[in-house]
Amino acid sequence: MDAGLIDRSRFLDREVLDPHRVMETSRMGGASASAMAAGVGQHSGGNLDFLKQAVDLGTSIMAVAYDGGVVIGADSRTSTGIYISNRVSDKITKIDDRIFVCRSGSAADTQAISDYVTHFINQHRMEFGKPPSVKTAANFFRQLCYTNKEALMAGILVAGWDEKEGGQVYCIPVGGALVQQPFSIGGSGSTYIYGFCDAYYKPGMTAMQCEEFVKKALSHAMARDGSSGGVIRTVRIDAAGAEKKFVAGDKLPFGPL
Amino acid sequence: MSSIGTGYDQSTTTFSPDGRVFQVEYATKAVDISSTAVGIRCKDGVVMCVEKPKLSKMLVEGTNRRIMTVDKHSGICISGMIADARQIVNYGRREATGYLDFSGSPIPGSVLASRISMMMHTYTLYWTVRPFGASVLIASYAEEGPQLYSVDPSGVSYRYFATAIGKGKNGAKSQLEKLDLTTLTAREAVIEAAKVIYSQHDPSKEKPIELEISWVCDESNKMHQLVPPALHAEAEAAAKAYREAMDDD
Repeated sequence: MDAGLIDRSRFLDREVLDPHRVMETSRMGGASASAMAAGVGQHSGGNLDFLKQAVDLGTSIMAVAYDGGVVIGADSRTSTGIYISNRVSDKITKIDDRIFVCRSGSAADTQAISDYVTHFINQHRMEFGKPPSVKTAANFFRQLCYTNKEALMAGILVAGWDEKEGGQVYCIPVGGALVQQPFSIGGSGSTYIYGFCDAYYKPGMTAMQCEEFVKKALSHAMARDGSSGGVIRTVRIDAAGAEKKFVAGDKLPFGPL
Repeated sequence: MSSIGTGYDQSTTTFSPDGRVFQVEYATKAVDISSTAVGIRCKDGVVMCVEKPKLSKMLVEGTNRRIMTVDKHSGICISGMIADARQIVNYGRREATGYLDFSGSPIPGSVLASRISMMMHTYTLYWTVRPFGASVLIASYAEEGPQLYSVDPSGVSYRYFATAIGKGKNGAKSQLEKLDLTTLTAREAVIEAAKVIYSQHDPSKEKPIELEISWVCDESNKMHQLVPPALHAEAEAAAKAYREAMDDD
């Protein structure tokens, strides 16, 4: 509405406003985003309407497959408009013992989809008689995301380990495509680290190297992306099972290599 | 069958006093008077073979198939009432494509067999329907390796290394037991299956037969298909020679 209210020389306008615009321009387009920005420029001026917005996972998520397993990671910021409604959220959801997903987009949508897939996977396991394959889980996600694409806002990374194909990463972007990749990044923060990942990903990394790669990349995404932040949560999945790890917000490995 | 004719054999919804459901047993009888079919699971695949009586000299060869493909990697061989069995095959095809759509991977033999057997079992529970007068052999070679199942009209299914259904099943089974299935290849099994069928066929009492042989194995690229014509001819010739040697003894 009135862009003049935004003073970029002020710390608050840069740091609080900018992330908001990065997050919202993609969904609502310029007009409504700048309408919202007016309130923020005045530090909301007592107007708390932004809290009525959907809870969004403006996010940095990542999954990397290695020989024998897979490492996935996510930041922990959940926003309601410009408000950080949860700074330590867990965007990594367990589907099966060795199948996990990183969720981005609408928190409500991705939670509901994950619950459905968990349900289907449980049914499938009973008929199948052994742990389901990662591909099957990814296919369940794809079907839900594709058939309900008009209603959903979900970008999902499915990662896991199974006996047949080892560590795998599947990416299901908005729209409901299903793409298997050696590694994948997602969420609003991922846009900042495509170059980093393309430059520093190399095939044949060990589990340890993958973990370092994930933490480094996410730290940089979280630093640049206003809708990402907090702590880093990682999960390493291999034949032995899943191991969860955590990097505190003040211990992020941000900086030159 | 002491209770026959006492009224307890009219419906699948009524047990006889000694705890039997006669309609299901009669359905099994329909299979036991039908053409013999054998299935062999060997180390690199599954082979199925079934005889077909040549009803008339005017009959076109290859008509009225008794072996049908259900999915790329699995097939069904039928014995009993053919029209009944075709319903089972159609159901199998629906389940196979449905499973592939839903889970993104081909239907395992165990799942296909259990779904078919569950469906067949439901036809033994209601008075408005009659049980299938047919048994099927299911061959599958998916991620779990080669598998052979058989499903009866009662709705039970078993997994076998080798089995037979139809009128010659007892003789065929004792023939199959002599095979060493740990070393047998699919190509060899094709010959053996044809021999088993012919060993149970008495040319002096029965109509001449036509063989139908299919396999799903490494050699067929894990696709279920009829065996190549050359191999089929070789198997049939070997089986006929085997039968003649049998008759000479």
